[in-house]
Amino acid sequence: MEAIEILSTAALWAAAVRIASPLIFATMGELLCERAGVLNLGIEGIMTAGAFAGWLTVYLGGDLWLGVLVAAAAGAAFGLLHGILVVPLGLSQHVTGIGITLLATSLTYYCYRLILPEVTTPPKIVPFSPLPIPFLSEIPLFGDALFRQTPLTYLAFVMTALVAWFLYKTPAGLAVRTAGENPAAVEAQGLSVTAVRLSAVVAGSALMGIGGGFLTMSAFNSFFFDMINGRGWICIALVVFGSWRPGKALLGALLFAAFDAYQLRLQQLAGAFIPYQVFLMLPFVLSILALIAMSRRATYPRALMVAYHKGER
Amino acid sequence: MRLEPRADLPIVLLVLYPTLAVFVSLLIAALLVLLSGASPFAVFYLVAKGAAGSTFAFLETLTRATPLIFTGLAAAVAFRAKLWNIGGEAQFYMGAVATVALGTGALSLPAPALLPLLMLAAIIAGALTLLGPTFLKIRFGVDEVVTTLLLNFIVILFVSLLLDGPLKDPLGLGWPQSPRVVSEAQLPKLVQGKRLHLGFLMAVTAALFIWVINARTTTGYEMRAVGYNVKAARFAGIPIDLVMVKTALLSGGLAGLAGMSEVAGLKGNLTLDLSPGFGYAGIVVAMLALLHPLGVIAAAIFVAGIFVGADAMSRSAGVPSYIAQVMVATALLCMVTAVMFTRYRLRWR
Repeated sequence: MEAIEILSTAALWAAAVRIASPLIFATMGELLCERAGVLNLGIEGIMTAGAFAGWLTVYLGGDLWLGVLVAAAAGAAFGLLHGILVVPLGLSQHVTGIGITLLATSLTYYCYRLILPEVTTPPKIVPFSPLPIPFLSEIPLFGDALFRQTPLTYLAFVMTALVAWFLYKTPAGLAVRTAGENPAAVEAQGLSVTAVRLSAVVAGSALMGIGGGFLTMSAFNSFFFDMINGRGWICIALVVFGSWRPGKALLGALLFAAFDAYQLRLQQLAGAFIPYQVFLMLPFVLSILALIAMSRRATYPRALMVAYHKGER
Repeated sequence: MRLEPRADLPIVLLVLYPTLAVFVSLLIAALLVLLSGASPFAVFYLVAKGAAGSTFAFLETLTRATPLIFTGLAAAVAFRAKLWNIGGEAQFYMGAVATVALGTGALSLPAPALLPLLMLAAIIAGALTLLGPTFLKIRFGVDEVVTTLLLNFIVILFVSLLLDGPLKDPLGLGWPQSPRVVSEAQLPKLVQGKRLHLGFLMAVTAALFIWVINARTTTGYEMRAVGYNVKAARFAGIPIDLVMVKTALLSGGLAGLAGMSEVAGLKGNLTLDLSPGFGYAGIVVAMLALLHPLGVIAAAIFVAGIFVGADAMSRSAGVPSYIAQVMVATALLCMVTAVMFTRYRLRWR
């Protein structure tokens, strides 16, 4: 019975929205890349770099919002590298992406150890604090879940709307979508496929950087090793789950996070009978199940992972 | 700017560009070393000395190269058929689990019978781990990159669960570790008193075996054909799904053997840090070797040398040993770029 009662507590849904926030940023980032036809497996490493860059900025005395900006810039930098390697140079998106993840992760750890050679407990920063929205936060259940979050969570929702608006309501968004479906048509419009795809990857990677930064600047208050812990890979599954649509992907991220928050609470309830590892496995199992469930209906961008060489047929 | 395929492949470029790639990755590493305040030349010297400066160091490098040859072969076999197996880590651990499950006293057999049995068990465990994602790819079209990546996390949690339960070492004082394998389940050392073990020869044999399969058998030809052009392969009547399954069994089995070799040859038991990323490093090894099985041996020794050398260097020079991982990652990116330039040329117009 208790297991069901949890579902009606505001704390669960507030936690769900909190857990969803970094995923929303990174999922929107990956979605943007993939809509332009570029798979970005650098996501896991880019989030690590963003988490570190944001935390470091604040640790060195910077403002929290400056931290967000630096996290985005770190993400964008690795995105640019990935973009150059796979768009104009047309390298394998799988191999390059894994390479970017390895590079971004190891570079981050190297820099961390360079700055803090012998620290065992990572130094803390003062993270974003919750900002209740007047009136809206008074609504029962919904108010607690949605309107008593940190500013960065609100930004995640704003970003989703922005990405959706950009993709479906602006000419540039149309160019991005076309680059992912039929790049030759972009070229026929007099636009450069390379430029369109490169910009999408850089912008998407910046969002992934902020997603990582959320973890160090809002969810937790310090940087530690392995803190991304597969969240990037889950976001890739979320993009598929959302059929490459921002709205559906947002819904997927929230559902996933609600499930994650729920299992954390179940763990406290049933931890005595079921090993905790089973609960920790669930999010990953769920991601795989979601991929299977959506596989039939998935309408993936047709030029995803297809390198475009101008003038080649 | 655009890329134009080269009509011919000059031998000079084939040597020049990969050399350039190694040089560029060293240059990047040098810049990072400068950040730490140390001298790059001193650091590179210490890395080289730590990797191959003495018999002890070189044997240590070969020991570290052993699992990398296996996981490198696993990636090379799969990538050749364009089966993107990023789950070497998971298959490695499942191989280790099989070894520990059967090698800690469950079977009382003499070594000549037990060791081959453990190898077989590890191969099966690794192969089955990759068969799942491959089935999902064939049956539902689910991208195996994501599923194999996610499986890595599931399997490590599964191992953690086993180490808390059925495989827990009763004498482990609460540490998450399995009991040690019995002496009949240990691979003999190759050099008296050193850590290098029979696993290294197994790995080299595996590389030769894969080379023969690639170059001399229909299966090898079919795997290449599927990887090169799946439509043409289907048109030629090659059973794509069957080839994928064969590739998966081979690739997963190799990664599983890596786990067996580490447990039975080196560590003796299963812990949660048995693999410091051997599965992922295997991808780098495979790409550096241009997916050639014999090249994998050389690439694995190179990568292992960087890791072993950097560990030694880090102790004496104070540069974080993560520099090794940075070097390996940049080497990967530089190498794939270099290979591309041997096939295409840039046209600036």
